[in-house]
Amino acid sequence: MTDVNVRPYHAPVWSEPLIHELGAKGERGVILPRVEPEIQDVVGETDSLIPKGMKRNTPLNLPEISQPQVLRHWLRLSQMTLGMEMEIDLGVGTCTMKYSPKVNEELAAMVAGIHPDQPEETIQGLLEVAWRFGDIYLREISGMDAFTFQPPGGSAGAFNNAIIMRKYYEEQNELVQRNEVITTIFSHPCDAACPATAGFKVITLYPDDETGYPSIEALKAAVSKHTAGIFVTNPEDTGIFNPHIDEWTRIVHEVGGLCAYDQANLNALMGITRARDAGFDMSFFNLHKTFGSPHGSSGPGSGAVGVTKDLAKYLPIPVIVKRGDKYHLDYDRPHSIGRVRDFLGNLQVVVRAYAWAAAMGADGLREAAEISMLNNQYLSERMKEVPGVTKPYGGRRLDQVRWSLDKLKEETGCGINEVNKRVVDFGVQSFFTSHHPWVVPEPFTPEPCETYSKADIDYWIAVLKKVCQEAYEDPEILKKAPHNSSIHSVDSTPFDDPKRWAMSWRAYRRKIK
Amino acid sequence: MAKKPHPYIPNSVPEIRAEMLRIVGAESTDQLYAEMIPDNLLLKRNMNLPESLPAEQDLKKHVSDILDKDRSCWDTLSFLGGGCWNHFIPQVCDEIARRGEFLTAYAGGYYSDLGRFQANWEFQSLICELVGMEVSGIPTYDWGSGAGNAVRMASRLTRRKEVLVPASMSPARLSVVTNFCNPTELPGAIKVIKIDYDKRTGALDLKDLRNKISSSTACVYFENPGYLGVIEDQGEEIADIAHKAGAEVVVGVDPISLGILAPPSDYGADIVCGEVQPLGVHMMAGGGLAGFIASRDEERYVAEYPMRIISITDTVESGERGFGQAAYERTSYMAREKAKDWVGTTTALHGIIAAVYMSLLGPQGMRDVGEAILQKSHYAFTKLSEIDNVDVKFPCFFTEFPLCIDSTSKKVNQVNRILLTKSILGGKDISREFPELGQSALTCVTEVHSKGDIDKFAEELEAILR
Repeated sequence: MTDVNVRPYHAPVWSEPLIHELGAKGERGVILPRVEPEIQDVVGETDSLIPKGMKRNTPLNLPEISQPQVLRHWLRLSQMTLGMEMEIDLGVGTCTMKYSPKVNEELAAMVAGIHPDQPEETIQGLLEVAWRFGDIYLREISGMDAFTFQPPGGSAGAFNNAIIMRKYYEEQNELVQRNEVITTIFSHPCDAACPATAGFKVITLYPDDETGYPSIEALKAAVSKHTAGIFVTNPEDTGIFNPHIDEWTRIVHEVGGLCAYDQANLNALMGITRARDAGFDMSFFNLHKTFGSPHGSSGPGSGAVGVTKDLAKYLPIPVIVKRGDKYHLDYDRPHSIGRVRDFLGNLQVVVRAYAWAAAMGADGLREAAEISMLNNQYLSERMKEVPGVTKPYGGRRLDQVRWSLDKLKEETGCGINEVNKRVVDFGVQSFFTSHHPWVVPEPFTPEPCETYSKADIDYWIAVLKKVCQEAYEDPEILKKAPHNSSIHSVDSTPFDDPKRWAMSWRAYRRKIK
Repeated sequence: MAKKPHPYIPNSVPEIRAEMLRIVGAESTDQLYAEMIPDNLLLKRNMNLPESLPAEQDLKKHVSDILDKDRSCWDTLSFLGGGCWNHFIPQVCDEIARRGEFLTAYAGGYYSDLGRFQANWEFQSLICELVGMEVSGIPTYDWGSGAGNAVRMASRLTRRKEVLVPASMSPARLSVVTNFCNPTELPGAIKVIKIDYDKRTGALDLKDLRNKISSSTACVYFENPGYLGVIEDQGEEIADIAHKAGAEVVVGVDPISLGILAPPSDYGADIVCGEVQPLGVHMMAGGGLAGFIASRDEERYVAEYPMRIISITDTVESGERGFGQAAYERTSYMAREKAKDWVGTTTALHGIIAAVYMSLLGPQGMRDVGEAILQKSHYAFTKLSEIDNVDVKFPCFFTEFPLCIDSTSKKVNQVNRILLTKSILGGKDISREFPELGQSALTCVTEVHSKGDIDKFAEELEAILR
């Protein structure tokens, strides 16, 4: 294999002041629309329109900055942010950091001026896009029957499904009895936290040492008449596909439970295998991961939900339905869980997801799945060249692998935290490790989805290899990293110290400055 | 398969694909899948989907042909508000919102994403100035989710299981809060109890509040301005009643009012929540929402936040500043089902846009926008009240008010249908949400409306009702 030359890099160093430190008294960034004098003639002074005691008396301590300086500040902050578009972002696994096509931004912007309470006949286009994305694309990809886009993020999708589960048992008069949800430790934390917030007791299954996923026996021991259902990902965040998943859903159904699928890791499965065919009753999809909508520095996203016919009546209101050639918002659903978010959800994200799926088509979706899987096999092959890396649990992985740097840590004193501080010196985003607890020690989870070229993967591996070699040769380089970043090693001790943390300018001025 | 490589998929080039297969020692991707997924779970057919549109021009035409049918506040005169508002968006907000670095960042570290962390922290700083608090976090999904998180925080802080909310709040927002409160027979359920409002002023009925508050009350939640536009001027009294009962005071706000209205901290709020969308974020059919929470800088409050909170810190280099996650152990990323509710992908970009907005407007701009909204909406209130048989309700308001046409034989939806033929989107029909207000339209006027717009609306409405 040809060796790749790692190119020098340095992040922008703007040493940018805090926004409150900029500007001068009297500067203005923008002038508001004028109020015609005739209006003032009619209504009089503003003060007379504010009830006594409700007028602001304390001065508002916002910065006063002119427009060019405001723009410059935010541009500089954006430059010191290593967005996905800027680099080979395959290290941030479970997140499917795929390319967000620029044309989709233009299309999403077309809905920017729409108010969600406009009459249906004025938003037929938007409703059509959302309906088509659900009832044509997601239906075919998942096999589910009915869809909602109200959950505004993946975890919100999990919460939505927990509420549906709650409502279902409430209507069966079984809720007091069925108060347990089962998940697995390698499923996303939301699969535990959202059912818990909804009021369920959560049971977590741990993996078998050999296979990396919990055994059928472990599931059988956990289910009972108290089981409300399961919330699982598959493949789990390790990239391991539980091959007995249909057996799992059968076991849960046998005790009267429901099966909720977290499809955050759908990317390598599109056109390959489907939620419904594995026996799931509900499923959520991260449109900001699998379907190419940008991650937005952590939202807005969309946790689109698909359910079976039997559960469709519980979907949050309104549901987008098609009657004849018209699209409607159906509010008349007496069994609905109500709302998990105001209005219709993040439909601008759905527009992007629709555009992405429409650009791909059936073959393109399958190609994206196959290449993301193949990229992962290729990256795994090349990972063999990197010293200090091991792969806990055997077997092939689908879209990603949860690797371990435990060996590197033992042999050099540098683990994932040190490696993460160093890779940024080469213009590579620090890796996603794992959510907690770290069942795999010193974890990292690259996900080389279809966006990344073979050359990208080769380069990324070259960076990791260089950093791990440095750990063996001169671990201090890693420990003192970063060296080429916007700032140097931070003091993280204030983050858990109430006397020293400061979450705002007000607190910072009072406590520190 | 003889087909063009897809422009979004570099390794779809057949030669590259073949070389990678050779390197990993496989004949085909089918063979690799067969090693991982049992045969009975494999989809043995091609998906049945519309023909793909890999050419950008074709795709753009297909999608924009569909969306071109829609109308919006750009080509109509809209008086819709009620939780998602049509405000002036400075161009600099759009410019930053489109920056690929912020748009496509996600979960990077605090070195490589220093700018994102500083932007998050500055959102916290600026929103804290508006509401008079010292702690906030990365915004959540919407006002309703913020309120849901806030009342659950209050419940954990007080170990009490009832929350009082105004009967005048948005039914949709109330539904979000109720779903958060788990109002079932499961353990941990929080009961949501409505407090009446004065049908003349729209303000909270303090007598009903005194009747319903008890030693089980975790918090009293009220809004300023409320869903029906009412400015609640009894904040201090409400807070007093709540605190005497050992309850927390949670106030939901529309922050665009806070350049001219008193911050909730002035009248006794313990936790503030509200909607970020008015601060420079497009409505996007409701996709522009983002909720926030703020509180005093006390450890016991911070410990109950579900969302990520960014703190400032120093680096090893003298004078250099960094940022990071504060009190991270409480989040579901660390504690799973033992966490404080949950955290996930929410609305960080909207928080950044709002921070740009607040830094552009400054104290004078926030005052100006508040005054403009107050004056223009009150002008509309006066103008519309002069129409025969129109009854405008709740004169102490900010930006919106119910416009009642009970004295006519017409229904709001009929009137709105006719208004639409004149390219006017009338106020939201709230006759089903608030039957006690009769045939009322929640009519919203902001700084974007001109005198001419309002006069035109009044004229057309008068003509319809005549």
